[in-house]
Amino acid sequence: MEVKKPSKAGTMESNDIYVMLMPNPKGGIEINLQSIVMKQFGEEIERVILETLKELKVENVIVNAQDKGALNYTVKARIETATKRAMGQESK
Amino acid sequence: MKRLRRTMLFMPGNNPGMLQNAGILGADSIILDLEDAVSLTEKDSARILTREAIKNIDYINVEVVVRVNPFDTEFAKEDIDVIARVKPDALMIPKATEEELEAIDKILTTIEVEESFEKGSIKLLPIIETAYGVENVYNIIKSSDRIVGVLLGGEDLTSDLGIKRTKEGEEIFYARNRVAIACKAMKVDSIDTPFTDTNDFEGLEKDTRKAKSLGLTGKAAINPRQIDTIHYVYAPNAEEIKYAKRVLEAMEEAESEGKGVFSLDGKMIDAPVINRAKNTVELAMLLGLM
Amino acid sequence: MKNILGREIPEYIEGYGKVTQFEGVFKHAGIKLKKETKLNSVTPNHEKVLKSLEVVLEKVQLRDGMTISFHHHLRNGDKVLNLVVEAIAKTGIKDITLAASSLFPNNASLIDHIKSGVITKIVTNYMSGPLAQEVSKGILKTPVTMHTHGGRARAIESGDLHIDVAFIAAPTADEYGNISGLYGKSACGALGYAVSDAECADKVVAITDNLVPYPTCPIEISQIYIDYIVQVESIGDPAGIVSGTTKITKDPVGLKIAKMAKDVMVASGLVKNEMSFQTGAGGISLAVAAELRKHMNQHKIVGSFASGGITGYIVDMFEEGLFRTLFDVQCFDLQAVRSYVSTHKHQRMSASMYGNPDNKGAVVNNLDIVILGATEIDTDFNVNVTTGSDGAIMGGSGGHSDTAAGAKLTIIVTQLMKARLPIIKESVTTITTPGESIDVIVTERGIAVNPKRTDIIEKLKSTNLPLMTIHELKAIAEKMTGKPKAIELSDEIVAVIEYRDGSVIDVVRRPL
Repeated sequence: MEVKKPSKAGTMESNDIYVMLMPNPKGGIEINLQSIVMKQFGEEIERVILETLKELKVENVIVNAQDKGALNYTVKARIETATKRAMGQESK
Repeated sequence: MKRLRRTMLFMPGNNPGMLQNAGILGADSIILDLEDAVSLTEKDSARILTREAIKNIDYINVEVVVRVNPFDTEFAKEDIDVIARVKPDALMIPKATEEELEAIDKILTTIEVEESFEKGSIKLLPIIETAYGVENVYNIIKSSDRIVGVLLGGEDLTSDLGIKRTKEGEEIFYARNRVAIACKAMKVDSIDTPFTDTNDFEGLEKDTRKAKSLGLTGKAAINPRQIDTIHYVYAPNAEEIKYAKRVLEAMEEAESEGKGVFSLDGKMIDAPVINRAKNTVELAMLLGLM
Repeated sequence: MKNILGREIPEYIEGYGKVTQFEGVFKHAGIKLKKETKLNSVTPNHEKVLKSLEVVLEKVQLRDGMTISFHHHLRNGDKVLNLVVEAIAKTGIKDITLAASSLFPNNASLIDHIKSGVITKIVTNYMSGPLAQEVSKGILKTPVTMHTHGGRARAIESGDLHIDVAFIAAPTADEYGNISGLYGKSACGALGYAVSDAECADKVVAITDNLVPYPTCPIEISQIYIDYIVQVESIGDPAGIVSGTTKITKDPVGLKIAKMAKDVMVASGLVKNEMSFQTGAGGISLAVAAELRKHMNQHKIVGSFASGGITGYIVDMFEEGLFRTLFDVQCFDLQAVRSYVSTHKHQRMSASMYGNPDNKGAVVNNLDIVILGATEIDTDFNVNVTTGSDGAIMGGSGGHSDTAAGAKLTIIVTQLMKARLPIIKESVTTITTPGESIDVIVTERGIAVNPKRTDIIEKLKSTNLPLMTIHELKAIAEKMTGKPKAIELSDEIVAVIEYRDGSVIDVVRRPL
C-alpha cells in the first residue's frame, strides 16, 4: 500500500496520540516521535507503529507523532486510521 | 442470573481516555457511541478505535454495547461489519425499523458463522426514537430473536413529532407507557431516555422514579455522575426488602402446613405478589443489600 | 550495602557524611538530647531594628560556610529567600548551606548562585520547578539532604542541623521582634515551619513588610528569640502565596476513588465521634474529604480534630461543626487564613509538634486517618513522593512519612495509571515513605491492603469493595500500559533522603 498523500488522525488530548503521515521520497519508514513518556515507552510506541504499518503493508512513509500517553491499542488504531485516510480511503 | 441493566452509560467512541475508563464507572452497560458523539469526519477514526478498544480492554462484568450509525447511512454497514467481528455483547441500532433489524440479524448470523462465534451471541437493542418506532414497537421487538431490550430516545422522538422536550416529560408519557408494556409483553428490557441536565440530580431522581413507576426497567445515562442516582432509584429500599422477606417466610410457613393459599397483614398473597417478592430478594442479594 | 528495604546505600556519602541506615519506622526511638543554644543576651537599650539587609548581614557576622534557614509559608510567592541570597551574593560570601523548609519554581534564581559557588549545599523538605530539575542534573557539589517536615524539626532541635542565621519572613513584626502571620498585606496564617528555626538558630532575623509599633498581638514567635528586624518593600506576592482555592476533582475516576476510600474508612470502624482526620490539598484528597463530610453529616458524627496544611475545604467542615478543633501547620488558602484569624479553636502547630518523632509526642501520633498521594508505589507498599518516574526530584516527603508513621490508618489514594505510567512497580525510583507505615492503596480498579494489616483485610472482606493483592493490582496496570522501560541512573548521588528519625532511607542518583 502506498501513502499517496499526507493524512492525520488522533488528537492532542490526554491518552491519545496525534499522528501525521506523509509520503517518503527517500523510501523506507521514518518515525519522528515525541512523547510525554518517551524514556519509559518511546521504544514500545515505535514498535507498535512499525508493526501496524507492516500489517498494512506500508513500506514508505514519514510518521510524525505527538504522544500524550496513548496505550498500544490507541497507537495502533490511530496509525491504521491515518494510513487508510492516506490511501484515499476517506471517512466512510 | 439475569444480567442487570439498570444503567446504560453513553461513551464517545473516539475518545481513548473515556473508552479505557468506561468499564469502571459503575454502569451495568456501556454504550460505545459511533453515532451522535462522533463528527462526520471522524466516523472512520471512532470505528477503528472502538474496535481496538473492545479487542484489548477487559471490561470486567460490564455489558459492552456499540451504537452504530443508522442503517440508511453510508457508515452503518462498515460499522456493523467491523464491530461485530470483535464480538461486542450487543449492537444498538438508531431509528430501527423491522426490515432493517431483519437485515442486520442476517448480517450478524453470517458474521457469527464466519468468525465461529456462538450463533445469536451478538444481541440487538433497537432505539425507539420516531413516531413510527413508538407505534410499531411490538413488531420491532418481534423482528429478531437477538433483541434483548429497547432504548427510548426522547430527544429524537420529540423532534420527529415537532414538539418541545421538557424535564417534566409529559410529552413522552404515552411513548414511555407503550414501550414499557410492549417490552414487558415480549419479555425484554425497556430503557428510558437519558435526563439531559447533568447538574440537576433532584430532577434526575424524579425523572427516573417516573420511568420506574411506568415499568421501564432501566435508564440511559450521559454522564458517569448520574449512575449512582439511577441505581438508588432502581434498588429496592429497606421497606420493600423487609416486606419481600416476610412474604417469602409466610409462603414457606404456609407450604410446610400444607396450605395452598395464605394471607399476610390481612391480604391474600397470590402468585404475582410472590414473584415480585422473589425478584426483590434476588435483586437485593445481588446488590449486597441483604 | 543494601539497607533493610533493599536499597543500595553507601556507608559514607561524600558531602553528606557517615550514614545511619534506616532500620524501621520506630527503631531509633529512645533517649534524645536537645540542642544547646548559644545566644546574645541583651540589655534594655538594645536596638533591634536595622536599616537594611546589608547591615543585617554585617551584624549577624555572616561568614563563608555558614548555614542559613528560611520557612516556606509564602510558598511560590515568597520574595524573602531570593532577596537574602541575592544580598549575600553581593557581599562576596560563598559556600553557604541553604536550609529552606521547601523550594518552589520561583526559587529558580538560585541556580545561578549555585553555579557561582555562593550556595554549595541545600537541606530541604520539598523541591519543585527548574531548581529541582537542575539539582537532579548534579549542579551542586554535594547531595541535597531531604527531610520530612517532622524530621527537619528533629534535626534542628537535636543539633544535627545547626543553623547559623535563621531568616524569618514575617507578615507582621513589631519593633522588638514579636512575629505573627495573621495580619499584614502578606498575611499567610500559621507559621508552623519557622518555630524550631527561631528557637535553635544562633542568630534570628525577622524580615517584614509590616513593621508595627510594639507590642503586636497575638504573638506567634516571641521577641525572646529574635535578634534583629529589618523592613522590606514586600515579603511576598499574595497571588503566589496561597495556592488559590484548591478544588475538588471533577474527574469521574477520581470521584470513584474518593468514594471507595470513604468506604474503606467507614469499614475500618474509625469513622465515629472524636475521630481525627488529615488529608492533602490535591483534587482526589479533597474529594475524599467531601465524601467523609457527607457521611459525618448523615450520621451526626463530630470529630476531635482535623490537621495538616489546612485548606478552605477543611475549614468548611470545621465551621459546619464536624470537628471540634483544627491543628494547622500552614494555611493553604485565604479561607484558612481567615479562619485562623477568627477563632482560637483553629490552632497552630509547629513542625515539631506536628511530626517530630523525638519529642514527647507529636500530633501525628494522635491521628486516626490520613489520606495521602503517591507518584510510585512498589509491591512492598513503599511509596515515592520525591522523584518523578523520569528520576528527577519533583517533590519530597513534606508531612507524608510523618503522618504515615503516626496514623492508625494510612490510605494512599491514586489512579492506577497516570498517562500510561503504572503507579505500582516492582521497585520505586526513590523510597520516601516505607511500606511498613502504609496500610491501604485505593485505586479505581482495585484496593490493596498491606498484608500485615490482617485486621483491615478482615473488615474489608465483608464489603463489596474490590480487594486484591498489590501484585494483582500491578498486573492489571501492566496489562493495560505494558511494562515501562527502567530509566537509567548514574552512580552520582544528588540527594540523600533522610527518614524522620535522621537515618537514611534512600538516595537519589542522577538520571542519565
